[in-house]
This record gives sequence, structure tokens and C-alpha cells, in this order.
Amino acid sequence: MFTQGPFLALRLAGLVLISVILMTVDHRLRYLEPVRAVVSTAVLPLQYLVNLPHAVGSWLGTSFASREELLRENTELRRNQLKIAVKLQQLDALDRENQRLRTLLKSSGKVGERAVVAELLGVDLDPYKHQVVINKGSVNGAYVGQPILDAHGVMGQLIHVGPVSSSAILITDPSHALPVQINRNGLRAIATGTGSLNRLDVQYLPNNADVQVGDLLVTSGLGGRFPPGYPVAVVKSVRRNPGQGFLAISATPTADLDRSREVLLVWSGRRVTEAPPP
Amino acid sequence: MTTPPRRNNWIIALSLAAALSLSILPLPEAVARAWPEWTALVLLYWSMALPHRVSVGIAWGMGLPLDALRGSLLGEHGMGLAIITFITVKLHRRLRVYPLWQQAAVIMVLLALYQMLLLWVEGILGRASGGWYYWLPSLTGAVAWAPLFLVLREIRRYFRVA
Repeated sequence: MFTQGPFLALRLAGLVLISVILMTVDHRLRYLEPVRAVVSTAVLPLQYLVNLPHAVGSWLGTSFASREELLRENTELRRNQLKIAVKLQQLDALDRENQRLRTLLKSSGKVGERAVVAELLGVDLDPYKHQVVINKGSVNGAYVGQPILDAHGVMGQLIHVGPVSSSAILITDPSHALPVQINRNGLRAIATGTGSLNRLDVQYLPNNADVQVGDLLVTSGLGGRFPPGYPVAVVKSVRRNPGQGFLAISATPTADLDRSREVLLVWSGRRVTEAPPP
Repeated sequence: MTTPPRRNNWIIALSLAAALSLSILPLPEAVARAWPEWTALVLLYWSMALPHRVSVGIAWGMGLPLDALRGSLLGEHGMGLAIITFITVKLHRRLRVYPLWQQAAVIMVLLALYQMLLLWVEGILGRASGGWYYWLPSLTGAVAWAPLFLVLREIRRYFRVA
């Protein structure tokens, strides 16, 4: 038996060495993504297993919903649909006009975007990181860095993509930052996560910048990751401290980061051609 | 005449899979912060009970799915698990004869060591999370040790895993 003695210590030393090498490679280079994809696919059954009670619960909920309830929901959805359709007509016309004006100005037209609905798996990864798992992967055309949105705004971006599942980092994770601009006047800034699900910090705006409480922050499209013009957060408080170089601004994300079950995966720019047909 | 012990690898595999599932259970935030490291606990049990079967190799291997699940660097959890499993294997003769509360105390120290190793790696990456409650899982892990030990021992005896 090799459970005792120097042999075991040697094995431990070897494993620790492999760990350190793996961690370094994983941190600095991207060679290990396939390995991670394989491992994350292997644990996918576990994730589905953990998600099962929730899936069964929501299935039962829809199966046993009463007729009146469904009718009411249906009417409400119709009404919403009508409202949105009316808005969309306007938007379509505005989009055409925008394109026309852009051609007049000889500037490049806006690129199209394409989206696919994905579902979050009900699993908890790490209480200190804001990460979620979705049920779409590279077979659906997902890629690392792809933005995910919900009905109200930007949620985050994919960081690891497996064949049939991916994990995404939310915009409120402390290690996440995204380029935004104020919708009212186009002022650019960076919104960083704080580790709290209902707060973003807006950094690097000088003390005399024109920011008001209630301003909508939208993605600026700089950095090339997020398509421009999607709502991110609403400014909640602006604190001017003459001793500091920058304003202390906190904002509330518009997306339902802790409630959404369905999210949109968005392909934008040159990636549109790689997206699956809608 | 006693029947010879069966190998029953699947019991060990199943218990480890159950521990992994427990560790990704969606929980309210307050509970999630105090949720014990089930994978480490189950590994420590098997390495104490059957050190010739479950040792540093399996412990390191269990780190990979944990890394994939939590989005940490590959090898991060494996390193911590291998080190605490090594200590348990070295001490297994002594640990076995300890009363349960004393075992739990040693387990708490081992879990804290595991968390400290993780904290080091996260700290090097610049994303360490502060606060005393980071260490809560070690404490709750020690509390969870006694029931877990009794349950796993019953399972081990029932299926004669040896």
C-alpha cells in the first residue's frame, strides 16, 4: 500500500505542482478552455438535477393554472403586444430615417443584431461571485464575451462556453466593468460592479460633469463587446466631493439580475453571420 | 464466516456526486454564505475511513468539477483538497479513535486551511473577498461533521465498502 511514507508526499508534491502550472496557464493563456468545456459538460447532469425541482415546480404551475388566469394573462399579453407593435412601427421608421441620414453623411451604417432566448439554470455557483449558468453553448453559436440581456437591460457577458451550456458573469460582479454613456447627453463613463446585485458604480466622471439623479445609462458600444444603445442602469445618487478628482455615482441596474429566468443572447457586429438562423 | 468486503466504488462516487450537487444548490444569500463545503467534508470522511482507496489523487480530481462549477482557475480547488486530504491520510489512525467532537475540531482546522489556500489564490488574482463571514463555512462544516460522519459510516457499513 502506498498510503503512507514518502511516496504519498511525492504524489502530493506532484499534484500541487500540476495545480500551480494549470492555474498559471489558465490565468494567463486561453489553452485550457477546451478542458474546462469538457469538465463543465461532465457536471452538466448534476446542474440539471439540481435545477429539477424548480423545473418541475414551474411545469406544475403552468399545467394547473386555471382557465380564468390564463385568459387574463392572454388579454394582458395581447394588450402589451399591441403597445409594443405600435412602438415598433415608429422605431422601424426611425431606423430607416437614421440609415438614410447616415448614408447622406457618408458614415457607416449600423450593423444588425440577432438574439436567441436562453434559460438560466437554477444553480448557485459561488456566493462571492455573480455568475450564472445558461443552457446554450457553442453548438448554438455562443462565444466568450457574448453579451446577455433581459427584457429591461444588460445582464452580463459569457466567460466560459461549453458545448451545450455556458457560464456568464453579471455586470454587478466586482471584477466586471462595462463602457456606458448617459443617454441624455452622451457623456461616456465606465460602470463597474460592486458585488451587490442592485448597485453599480460609475467611475471616472470629473466633478463638473453633467450627471443628474434619474439619468439612464446605456451601453456605449466602445470596447466592442456590447452592442450600443442598450439600457444598463439608472443613476441613483451623485455625490460631489471637492477633495476628490471624480464624482461618486451609484446606479441601479435596470435588468432584473436576481429574477430573470429567460435571457437574450445577442450577436452583434461581425458575429451576426455566425449566429444561428432565427 | 464473514463475507469478504465488496469494493463498491459506486457508493463513493455517488456520495461525491451528491456532495457536488449540494454545493451548487440555489439558496438564499444568507444561507449560501454559511453553506459548508460538502465536497471537502465527504472527501475527508472517505480518506479517513478508507485511506487506501480515497487519497490525494481522487481529492485533486474532485477539484476540477468544482473549478468548472464555480468558475475558478483550473486546479485551484484540487490543490486545496489534495493538501487537506494528505493531512487526513497522514492522521487517519489518530483521527479514527478521537471522539466525534474532537474530530470535528480537527476538521474545522482542515477546512479553514482549505479556505485559506483558496483565499491565497484569489488574493493573488486580486479578487479576494474580505469579511469574517468568509470563514463561516469552516465553522458550519465542523458542525455538520458529526451527522455526516454518522450517516456515511452507516452507509459504508451497510454496503460494506472497504
